[in-house]
This record gives sequence, C-alpha cells and structure tokens, in this order.
Amino acid sequence: MSTVEVVRFALRGLVANKLRSALTMLGILIGVAAVILLVAVGNGTARTISERIEALGTNTLTVMSSGRDATLTVPVANALADPVLAPDVASVSPVASTSATITCQGTDHQVSQFVGTTPDWFAASNTPVGSGAAFTADDEAQARRVVVLGQTAAQELFGAADPIDQQVTVSGALFTVVGVLAAKSSTGFQDANDTAVAPLSAVREVLTGYGSLTSILVEAATPDVVDAAQSEVATVLDQRLKVAADAQSTPYRIQNASQLLETQTETADTFTTLLGAVAAISLLVGGIGITNIMLVTVTERTREIGIRKALGAPRRTILTQFLIEATLLSVLGGLLGVLAALVGSTFEIVGVKPVIVPSSIVLALGVSIAIGLFFGGLPAGRAARLRPIDALRYE
Amino acid sequence: MAAPTAEPVIQVAGLTKVYGSGEATVHALRGVDMTVLRGDYVAIMGSSGSGKSTLMNILGALDVPSAGRYLLDGVDVSRLADRQLAVARNRLIGFVFQAFNLIPRTSALANVELPLAYAGVKARQRRDRAMAALETVGLADRARHEPNQLSGGQQQRVAVARALVTEPALLLADEPTGNLDTRSTEDVLEVFDGLHRSGRTIVLITHETEVGDRAGRLIRLVDGRIVTDVRQQPAGRQTTGRHSRPLTGTEALT
Repeated sequence: MSTVEVVRFALRGLVANKLRSALTMLGILIGVAAVILLVAVGNGTARTISERIEALGTNTLTVMSSGRDATLTVPVANALADPVLAPDVASVSPVASTSATITCQGTDHQVSQFVGTTPDWFAASNTPVGSGAAFTADDEAQARRVVVLGQTAAQELFGAADPIDQQVTVSGALFTVVGVLAAKSSTGFQDANDTAVAPLSAVREVLTGYGSLTSILVEAATPDVVDAAQSEVATVLDQRLKVAADAQSTPYRIQNASQLLETQTETADTFTTLLGAVAAISLLVGGIGITNIMLVTVTERTREIGIRKALGAPRRTILTQFLIEATLLSVLGGLLGVLAALVGSTFEIVGVKPVIVPSSIVLALGVSIAIGLFFGGLPAGRAARLRPIDALRYE
Repeated sequence: MAAPTAEPVIQVAGLTKVYGSGEATVHALRGVDMTVLRGDYVAIMGSSGSGKSTLMNILGALDVPSAGRYLLDGVDVSRLADRQLAVARNRLIGFVFQAFNLIPRTSALANVELPLAYAGVKARQRRDRAMAALETVGLADRARHEPNQLSGGQQQRVAVARALVTEPALLLADEPTGNLDTRSTEDVLEVFDGLHRSGRTIVLITHETEVGDRAGRLIRLVDGRIVTDVRQQPAGRQTTGRHSRPLTGTEALT
C-alpha cells in the first residue's frame, strides 16, 4: 500500500471524526497560542520598560546637589566640560527648572517643568524637537526670550492652532515660541510632555534667579564610557567642591541612567522568567490535554484497529495511518495556534503591546507536536501489535 | 464440484486452545481435527461455551491456537510472521462478524474497498470490484450510505461484500445472523446460498438450526470437541429452500 494511500486513509479518518478532530486541534491550538502570547506579553512589558528608560538617554549622568547648599553653579558645570580632566564627557548642560504658569491670550497652563538650559540638552536628554527649531547657543548667550513647548503644554495653550512664533507670557515676561518637542513616552506618573524649555540665561533672569542650578546633565561620549565619565565627573566635582578624600558623604549625587536601565532590565527579565514559568505550566497542562485526547482517541479506536487487522492491514500500515493522523492534528492545531497568537499579538493586551519571541513559537510548537506524536503513536503502536481478536474485543 | 478428491482449503489437526492458567484454566478447544474442501458449505453448531467462536477465530487467523496444526490453503498458518499473516488474512480469508464490524462513519463502498486497498489494488479497479461485490449482495444502490444509515441486514450484507471482495479461498462467518431479525437473516442467507452455488468455500457458525440446515455439512461442537460431522446433502448441490432433516450422521468426515 502506497504512502499516498495511507495519507488518504488518515485524512479520511480525520474527516470521518470531524468533531473529535476539531476538538483535538482546538486543544492544541489553545495550548500553543497561550504559551506564545504569554511570553509575548512578558516580552512586550520588558520591552516597554526598557524603551521608556532608553527615552531618558542611556549615556547620560545627572548631577544633583544632595544638600541645601548652593553647590551646583554654572562655573561648576563649565568645569565639567574639561577635555583633559574629563575626556569621556561629550557635553554638559546646566539645568535650572521650576514649575511655572504660562499664559497665552487668556489661557492659563501650569507646566510642571519649565526648564532653563543650553542647546546641548536636547540631544543629551534625548528630547528631539518635533516642529520648529530648538533655540541656539546665541539665544542662550543673548538671553533671548524664546521657548520650546512640550506636546501637552502646546496642546493646552493653543489647541489645534500652530504655536510657532506665537507669544506667551511667563511670570510677566513675553516669550516667543520657536518649537514644539516631539511626543515622549512618560516614565512614572509625571507627564513628560507637560514641559517647556528655554535658554538658561532667560529662565534665570525671569524665573529662578541666579542661585544654584537644579541639576547638571552630563552626556558621555558613548554608552560604554558612562561609568568612566561618572568617575571623571566625581573627581572634578570633589576637587571643585573641595570634598575631603575620606569624606563620608558628598554634597552632590550622580544619577547614572545606564545603572537605572540595568536595574529595570533585570526587573523586566525577572518578569519574563515569571511569565515563562506560567507559560511552561500552561504548556504542561496543554500537553496533558493533548495526551488525554490522543489516548482516548486511539483507545476508542482499538476496535477499528482490530477490524482493519482482520481485513489484512499490516501493522506498519496501521501505525503509519495513526501517526499521520496524530501528526496532522498536532501540526495543524499547532500552526493554527501560532496564527492565533500572531493575530492576538497585534492587539494590546492589558495595556501592553505583546512582542512575539521567536523561540517561544519553536518551543510551543515543538513540544505540542512531540506530545501529539508520542501519545498518538504509542497507543496506536500498542493496539497495532495486539492480536486482531484482542483488539476487536477491547472495550 | 466438491468431490472428496477436491483440494482441502482447511486442514486442522489436534487443535487446542487454552485460556488462562492455574485454577482459572479454560480449555476452549480440546483437540479438533477437521478438513474443509473447496466448495464446501459448512455450518458449525454448538451451545455457547462449546468453543465454536474460538475455532472460528483461529480459522480466521485472528487468534493463535495453543497447540495443533492449521493448514490454510496448504500453508501452515502458525509459521507465518506478522506481515505474512496480514497477507493471509487479506488474500485467503473473508471474515464476517456477528457484530458486522464495519468502520463507522465510512461509506459502504469505502468499507468494501478497504481489504482491496490493503492488498494494494489501484483506486479505479478497487472501486469497480467493490461495486461488483455490493451488486452481488444487492446493495449497489446503498454504496454511498454510512453504516448508521443502513439496517442491520444491510450492514451485514455490506460486511459480506467486504469479505468476498478479495475473492478469498475461504469465507468465514461468525454467527452472521445472530443480530438480525428473520427477514434480514433470510436476505443474508440467500447471499450465502448464492455464493455457495458459485463455488465458494463457506464456514459459518450458528445457533439456529434453520441456518445450519441450509449448509451442506453440519459440524457439532461440544466442550471443545467435534461430536458429529454430517453431510446433509452433497456439498455444492444447489440449495433450493429450507430443509429440516434429522441430524443423523450419514457421512462422517474427519
């Protein structure tokens, strides 16, 4: 009997038992889809977390004062931009920020962060300008009153209208809007788009005064030298602020974005592992389901195997037929499961955009097919070895 | 056609079958010797537990004897390997079960085609032969029906068609009418009569004397032994109707 014939027999066997075949495939489908989707949701969450952190800039250091003393000043900031003492520092942006109310033609909007800084800040903090332009170094030097608004601030003040070249009032001074920042994903509870950025000199003049800076944003040359840059910055600051070598604490602290990223990635990895464990359990449960249905299917058909043997079917033919049936069920069910998972992953699940992990597809599909084949083939092989009369009498 | 010189299809000698062991041992067959010649129409009768089904299963190569020799068409069945046994079941034997044993949810035609498929016959030829076999049992118009759409008698006739489609040397029927009403019994028996007229070798098991009476030869089994073996009429003679002759042994054959 040719292979084609056996395949046709297997197909006929599946079609003759439509409901059972459909249910078997459904079981495999759900098992496979659940595993792939769970891992994808975990991976998507991890991805979202790291994207949000990367949005902060991974190669930056933020220097903040830890005490109440006015330790961070513009000269201190300028001292950090020293190519000899701190060769790994690419740029230094002093930042003075405060909350402020912006008024425009009778509309009030309170921004949580009105940032005064230098033009380098846009690149260093990974905050690109969406429309219009950033202010220039010249604007900063001349203390020109220009401002770049965040998405939320622009929306609140101007609605759908184009804010560029419009005048806004901040603390009694007129600022000209020169640009709008590109939308930024938010970290935590604060709206990162509810901001406005203006030249440091103008902000100090109008809002914060000439006291201490809020922070200094230091950009390292590459993400790899962030740690080197950090120690260089620390050395310069210790020197500059006259911190004793054996001091217990420093009047400043340095926040390292890549450290933050590392911690967060670890958290995300833990999350993925956890979901992977859940997925493994669902794969196990799904596998037991497949095992069960395959065992029942073949046991139920032991009598049919007896009939086929009595009619002169060789053991190999019977075994091949049942193996092909099991293969078709598990492969079709598995592929449909992958398809379902792919379709499902295009939707947001509990606020997370799932990102499919290719290895999870391979694993889920592989395990399901292996289980289907093993538990479809094993009892079929056992039944095919029985004497026809024993198979026929089997209840 | 079936003179004593005709070649034997079945030659059985000293056949025994023991089930279980120890105290639970059951001797289903205690040494059966018999010969069935080509063209014979043999009915085996016996009360339940007499070992007739066991004998039938061994004759059909569905079961193996504990001891004894069984030559089917001159071939020693006990020496066959699994693969050759499958071929023997396929080519030499057509088996009709009491419970019909059609493959469920599969059309009558596909059921009849099955043994041909296992014999490696090509699809087209298979269909023609299966249709011819269904024609023989008068069910050509039911070819597309599935078993659950057929009456018991029709199912049994499909089973008979399936048994004879490979043109086996031997047609075995294990209480073929046991599950049928009188009318269906008559239908099935007429098919057997027709097959017998065309020269087939038939061995069937039955409870019912009226079924046994139609056969050319009647064997009675008691406790795993043959007690009577009589020719009721020359084997191969056309069966014209019912007979109710006393079951006196006139021509013992062993």
